[in-house]
Amino acid sequence: MSWVGRSAARREDPRLLTGNGRFVDDIRLPRMLHAQFVRSTIAHGTVTGVDLSGTLAVPGVVAAFTAGDLAVDDITAVLDRPLSEFVPTAMPVLARDRVRFVGEPIAIVLAEDPYSVEDGLEAVRVTYEAGMPVLSEEQALAPGAPLVHAAAAGNTLVDVSMFATEGIDDIFAAAHRVVYVRSRTGRQNAVPLETRGAVASWDPRAEQLLVQTCTQVPHQVRTVLAECLGLGERAVRVVVPDMGGGFGQKCVVGREEIAVGAAALRLRRPVKWIEDRRDALTASFLAREQRYDVRAAFDAGGRILALDADVVCDMGAYSCYPFTAGIEPLMASAELPGVYRVPAYRVRGRAVTTNKAPSAPYRGVSRPQIVMVMERVFERAARELGLDPVEIRRRNLITEFPYAGINDVTYDPGSYLESLNLCEQMIREEGWYERQEQAAAEGRFLGIGYSCFSERTGYGSGAFAKRKMAVVPGFDLAEITMDLTGGVTVTTGTMSHGQSHETTLAQIVADRLGLDLAQIKIHQGDTDRITYGFGTFASRSATIGGSAVARAATKLADRLLRLGAYLLETDDVELHDGHVRRRDDHGRALRYRDLAGIAYLKANLLPKDAEPGLTASASFDVHGDGTFSNAAHGAVVELHPGTGRVEFLRYVCVEDCGVAINPQVVEGQCRGGIAQGIAGALFEEVTYDAQGEPSCASFIDYKVPTANEIPDIEIRHLETPCAFTESGAKGAGEGGTIGAPAAVLNAVNDALRPTGVELDDTPIRPETVQRAIGANA
Amino acid sequence: MKPAPFTYHRARDVAGAVSLLTELGEDAKYIAGGQSLVAMMNFRLARPAHLVDLGGLRGELAYIRDDGGVLRLGALTTHHQVENAPLGPGFAVLRDAMGWIGHLPIRTRGTVGGSLAHGEATAEWCLLAVLLGAEVVVQGTAGVRRVPAEELFLSFFTTALEPEEMIVEVVFPRPAPHAALTEFAQRRGDYAIVAAAVDLEAERVVLGGVAPVPLRVPEAEAVLARGGTFAECAAAAAAAIDPPADGSGGADYRRALTRTLLVRACEAAMRR
Ligand SMILES: Cc1cc2nc3c(=O)[nH]c(=O)nc-3n(C[C@H](O)[C@H](O)[C@H](O)COP(=O)(O)OP(=O)(O)OC[C@H]3O[C@@H](n4cnc5c(N)ncnc54)[C@H](O)[C@@H]3O)c2cc1C
Repeated sequence: MSWVGRSAARREDPRLLTGNGRFVDDIRLPRMLHAQFVRSTIAHGTVTGVDLSGTLAVPGVVAAFTAGDLAVDDITAVLDRPLSEFVPTAMPVLARDRVRFVGEPIAIVLAEDPYSVEDGLEAVRVTYEAGMPVLSEEQALAPGAPLVHAAAAGNTLVDVSMFATEGIDDIFAAAHRVVYVRSRTGRQNAVPLETRGAVASWDPRAEQLLVQTCTQVPHQVRTVLAECLGLGERAVRVVVPDMGGGFGQKCVVGREEIAVGAAALRLRRPVKWIEDRRDALTASFLAREQRYDVRAAFDAGGRILALDADVVCDMGAYSCYPFTAGIEPLMASAELPGVYRVPAYRVRGRAVTTNKAPSAPYRGVSRPQIVMVMERVFERAARELGLDPVEIRRRNLITEFPYAGINDVTYDPGSYLESLNLCEQMIREEGWYERQEQAAAEGRFLGIGYSCFSERTGYGSGAFAKRKMAVVPGFDLAEITMDLTGGVTVTTGTMSHGQSHETTLAQIVADRLGLDLAQIKIHQGDTDRITYGFGTFASRSATIGGSAVARAATKLADRLLRLGAYLLETDDVELHDGHVRRRDDHGRALRYRDLAGIAYLKANLLPKDAEPGLTASASFDVHGDGTFSNAAHGAVVELHPGTGRVEFLRYVCVEDCGVAINPQVVEGQCRGGIAQGIAGALFEEVTYDAQGEPSCASFIDYKVPTANEIPDIEIRHLETPCAFTESGAKGAGEGGTIGAPAAVLNAVNDALRPTGVELDDTPIRPETVQRAIGANA
Repeated sequence: MKPAPFTYHRARDVAGAVSLLTELGEDAKYIAGGQSLVAMMNFRLARPAHLVDLGGLRGELAYIRDDGGVLRLGALTTHHQVENAPLGPGFAVLRDAMGWIGHLPIRTRGTVGGSLAHGEATAEWCLLAVLLGAEVVVQGTAGVRRVPAEELFLSFFTTALEPEEMIVEVVFPRPAPHAALTEFAQRRGDYAIVAAAVDLEAERVVLGGVAPVPLRVPEAEAVLARGGTFAECAAAAAAAIDPPADGSGGADYRRALTRTLLVRACEAAMRR
């Protein structure tokens, strides 16, 4: 039986569940200093003075540096686009003169212990000349608005108009019906349980700056460290220990990581920075604040004829590296049509800059929003045309593959219709429609909502190049080495921040080499151990990283076969359970350790053309448009008129991520993702007061839902294997988050039907629901 | 999120604790369960120079005594102890209300005395004390005084306690077999947006989250006294209050919650 497809127990669990994991904060080095940052208390203005003298007098404080003291280069993320489409803006490691959000780092303070550092922070005197903050997309785009970056006129960092199908205006003019959706989604924080952090130390023997940090992208952190600090890449080593989540917030390079590296270099002492929860909630990377103005033309049969969208993403104060502020608007613009056959499409996507903490990718990147918007479009069209909401989707779903979309993307095969049908069938057979009728008769508010979507995963260099990124992520590398005891060590450029790579990648290898999981060690997150890699984001690890690993394992298998054939004096050999054996005579077999013994210790016995040792390496990239996972979600909710509470009665998810390497891991990804999607739909929002002071500095105000609020989730699997990844897997990391907000919003709207109120924004607050029912029922 | 420097002291007995705090002056604070104080210290919203730990008095002050219809709780009794105490029907309202306080780990450390001294306007203990007409027994330098709960809460996190005064006991003078507390927050365990408590026999109505202190609502109590319906009682309460607006909800929303929750509380109290 093959390992792929089996819910093998997670190899990382024994250490993590017994408290034997090692996270950044567990690292303690001799003479280590603790760092924290003096952060701006105003949202927008100029720093007129930073007085560190009081700080340096605080017992325990060893040093404190401003931008001028550290003198490191800025972090600048760019797109290969003309200035009319993209304005590059530098993000200084420490603010130089301008500050652009509350929480922006201005100086770094270093002390002997984490307590003295904070005493030191209190003693810093910063003077400002405050300017008018720009706090919303409307304020940013208003004529004459103050500029967040002098170079970015109209506070616009990205402005692209795409696709504009010829004749689209005529289609709208002639359409049977035009449906409008205006939607806003709140600013969110990905909230990894483990906040950001780094320990930097100079190793004089290796002549290397070692930065141990919890990042999803170790090589990109190395590159930026080298650039900003003026070091050769070989003089920087980034190592990632266990990670407690990232969700995208850690797939960009943080300025604090660079500052910590600079301080360690300068002081020649190890420096640790652990972001505290207040900073994590207010001054880290945020995401998801977007506004959509969409209209869609329909014929009388409910078929969509054209889609016209204006998307504005509030990206906060800076472009993140390497993705830039284009991450959200470019994703939204390219993917909006989603799973539907949209014949004509036009979109304008913009990124505006505001005086709020900057944005980074967050699980799903714009797709939770575009799916929500498209699903609202179809729900509204169904209402206006008097059609069933599931039926109207059926009429518009892509069913023939490969499908060349109007958005210049080719969709590989998926189960769009099948997943929706199964999802609806589950809800129907459980009697929820009857229960809804009964509830309505009793004056209760019960609603059923669906979402239907696909999710591009395995973005290779082809897809990222289309986006015109200057740094084009895409390929990944893998290396595999068999040791003398016949086991293997695999090195990958991807980086697990909790997704079980040590298990799933090992399953891929186990099948190709006929090894048990226990004989396979997966190594990740060390820039000295693998040439390059793009880490983990965009559901790329199983698809791209996994394929590179599979190829390396296959190459090693070939070497074993060739060596075995030579030693067994036949051409007809196979790998079986840690042996190479003759096909015609299973009794004549060599154990891997025998082969390794020869490859390493008796190279004199190798064939003349064979190299000693047993290693192989491989790469994998996707040159086309990637591969699309898909799913349908169904939610049943009841609204409580007296409190506005949204109670889940049922949540089902039918997902198709191709071959599920480890179904249990896939389900874990789905559940966690759905929880984050529900969080965005109903609970979480980063808000600011009129001065730009964030109003959620703790979990009292930033309402991450707990297990109490998240319902049981039933997951069913369909399997449409990917034709071009080695294991047939598609990405599974983000789908849950993508599908949940739309399903929840639709279910709430379905329940609100008797009131006539329709909601298009998230998060949906209990107050909003209570008001809708109270005023209209 | 690390506290400012402080000196730690451990009290051996009540008298010692009070005299220590008096001696150390205004910059000193008692610490009981630490579930409110430590968070405030970590945010540096509170920065006592001295902490006097009451943990050593647990043997003396963590008790639940039912003296024939008068219930006495030692100040260091934890929420969790009350939650699991064999309280009869007369005080079941206290036990049942404990489930609303935060989460289990918080309840195993947080104390009755700490809650009352902290004086959060939606805290269950503050509401319950007012609802049941409790007396808070306080030890100061001049000796012991008894403060009626209704006179304890002055404003946001502000009580009638002198800095060195220590709560040693709370006395619930009468059983309340037909009383209940209920509340609403978006997440289980959060401080309530609105909390409503009622004692049908005493004809008392107390609300949390609608004023700077736990609020008795005479207008709603009058409805109960004249035998009005629960809905009328709740409507009277909603009309009488002038609730604040914040990120958790506006004034109208809090009024709507008051209507809903007070009816629920009345029905629950009735069912007992
Ligand atoms: C996540 C979280 C959720 C919570 N949710 C709730 C909730 O829903 N409802 C709720 O009521 N509470 C909630 N709490 C607070 C919790 O109930 C606290 O335990 C309680 O408010 C304070 O009790 P304590 O013993 O921890 O007091 P401490 O934190 O030790 O002290 C609080 C204050 O009281 C003073 N003090 C303590 N004991 C005495 C005394 N005997 N005499 C005089 N002064 C004293 C201290 O000096 C300090 O000023 C929550 C706490 C957390 C962390």
